[in-house]
Amino acid sequence: MTQLAEYIERRELLVNLVLRELRSRYKKSVLGWAWSLLNPISSVIVYTVVFGVFLKIDPPVGQPSGLHSFVIFLLCALVPWNFFANTVSTAIETLVGNANLIKKVYFPRELLVTASVGALGVTFLIELGVLCGLLLIFGNMVLPWIPVLLFFAALEAVWILGIGLVLATTNVYFRDVRHFLGIALQILFYSAPIVYPITLVPKHKEVLGVNVPVRQIYELNPLVRFVEAFRDILYNLTFPSWQTTLYLIFWSGVSLVFGLWVFSKLDARLAEEV
Amino acid sequence: MSARAAVVVDNVSKRFRLYHERNQSLKASVMRGRRARYDEFMALRDVSFEVPEGTTFGLIGENGSGKSTLLKCMARILKPDAGHIETHGKISALLELGAGFHPELTGRENVYLNGAILGLSRKQIDDRFDGIVAFSGIEQFIDSPVKNYSSGMYVRLGFSVAINVDPEILLIDEVLAVGDAEFQRKCSEKIAEFRNEGRSIVLVSHSLPSVRAICDEVALLEHGSVIRIGPAADVIDEYMAEVFADANDPDAGGHVRWGSKEVHIDGIEVLDAAHAPLDKMHTGDTVVFRFHYTARESVPNPVFGLAVHTVEGVHITGSNTRFAELSCDMPVGPGFIDFRVDRLLLVPGRYDFTAVVYDRTISHPYDHVERMLRFDVHPGMPRETEGVVSLGGTWEGEALRPAELLH
Repeated sequence: MTQLAEYIERRELLVNLVLRELRSRYKKSVLGWAWSLLNPISSVIVYTVVFGVFLKIDPPVGQPSGLHSFVIFLLCALVPWNFFANTVSTAIETLVGNANLIKKVYFPRELLVTASVGALGVTFLIELGVLCGLLLIFGNMVLPWIPVLLFFAALEAVWILGIGLVLATTNVYFRDVRHFLGIALQILFYSAPIVYPITLVPKHKEVLGVNVPVRQIYELNPLVRFVEAFRDILYNLTFPSWQTTLYLIFWSGVSLVFGLWVFSKLDARLAEEV
Repeated sequence: MSARAAVVVDNVSKRFRLYHERNQSLKASVMRGRRARYDEFMALRDVSFEVPEGTTFGLIGENGSGKSTLLKCMARILKPDAGHIETHGKISALLELGAGFHPELTGRENVYLNGAILGLSRKQIDDRFDGIVAFSGIEQFIDSPVKNYSSGMYVRLGFSVAINVDPEILLIDEVLAVGDAEFQRKCSEKIAEFRNEGRSIVLVSHSLPSVRAICDEVALLEHGSVIRIGPAADVIDEYMAEVFADANDPDAGGHVRWGSKEVHIDGIEVLDAAHAPLDKMHTGDTVVFRFHYTARESVPNPVFGLAVHTVEGVHITGSNTRFAELSCDMPVGPGFIDFRVDRLLLVPGRYDFTAVVYDRTISHPYDHVERMLRFDVHPGMPRETEGVVSLGGTWEGEALRPAELLH
């Protein structure tokens, strides 16, 4: 576990890389930190108008919170989704984008990917903070749930880190992976219950005479589980089911181990290929 | 082995892939059903040597000989395909100064970031910050974004951070060739200080004089293999002798040439003291440059002259028969005159010889042949190699004694 020792030794570098991401992202813009909130606000408006008003999707009433609001219902899923989508889109570029650094200095390169997850993690926490404020205004006493919330946020970060490591290294070897990522993200967005409640997904459906358990297949997607977990905590004010919790712990672990494994396989020739 | 080795390079080989398609894409790979085709290129083959602790070690060789690759392997940026490299002590690599700088961040923020990349803790950077900034000499601009820096400021700050990492082993790749004279002096002083403190340095450079001046030992690489290793002066002398061995052919024709051709210069011959053809010149040799000419008309008192340039175009010297207060009788027909050099004081290298013949006022050219002869000077005595000429002087003093005792 010399690798682990090296990470611990270089944790200050991680902090510095996260700060670099954050500073450089917000330094360029006049609005600064406000950008990190403006973006979700605009999508909330669009989705609320299209799905909540035009398509009249009726959000379920929070159990046991009793909350009934499309905007909040949407936000509880959109915030974790944005964390996922923005982080993988950023992480995929981190190795190619820092080619000069990789070619000229030695340091554990996985920290670049980790730093991008960290930097967007900070944004994620700020968004969650604002969301919690909104929930309090809407009468959801969310404060006791914050430890649970942080646990699932951390779990999502680990899950994303694994995916980010795989994507970032693959993108070094195949430069068009990010184009496929754009398409994949679009599909993923609608394949998770973000703008609609999961109850709209049929439990079973006859396809060519076979009874297909649509909902079960749908719920295999860890992203669906993450969205549902965050909604349980924030919108419903209840614990996510233990099945979901275990399922997500399992997938986060698999993702991280697989990500580190892929990275360690491809790291040796990174400075030549990047 | 008496001293501990700072770096042990053990049978290191490194292959690079040269892809046939420039852009590798997943789409193209799927269409082809396989990954991009590539050729393998051996950048390093079975390289082994040790850098003893506290010494300065030079890597020389032509472009593409693998010296930078080797340095990157030592810095752990590249991973050898075979063999391994052991290093004993903290390494700092000066491969590119300010490589980790982010243009949008201020100098101060970049010092912390770059320091962290190079392995310093926040506390260590706090302690060294003032020293870093003072060394770089850009106190005034430390809080502006580095994108506004001049390239000189950028490099200075980069060097200051890297050098303040306080490494036990310093890897340097040609970086000292940048920056203004003042900064170069500071760098050289800092490196001298490092040597005096008994730290190990591995240096890659094309500048043989500076390698000779700084390094204790040198490894010469060719096509990825170490072909010679030993004390700096010996290896460099042999290398120079080799580089210039195969290049004593003056361009046949194609010279830049002008003049009215009443007198035509047919060629320049290089002879030794006894007027026998000389195929290899050394510093300190007696050399005769013989001008063969044909006078087509009888011209009164022509003036023969010459100029010697380095191949880079630096004018080293010139001479002509008029300045030598000689007059010249020239009947129609062929003939020759000699320019004799008792002690050739050019340092080893390659030079161009321009031969001219003008009228007696030196205003009208009969024949002017630019760079008519290209010749190489090989190492001899005196053994000086810096600059272009030796003064042919000798050192004297009671404190001096022969240097064999030092080795």
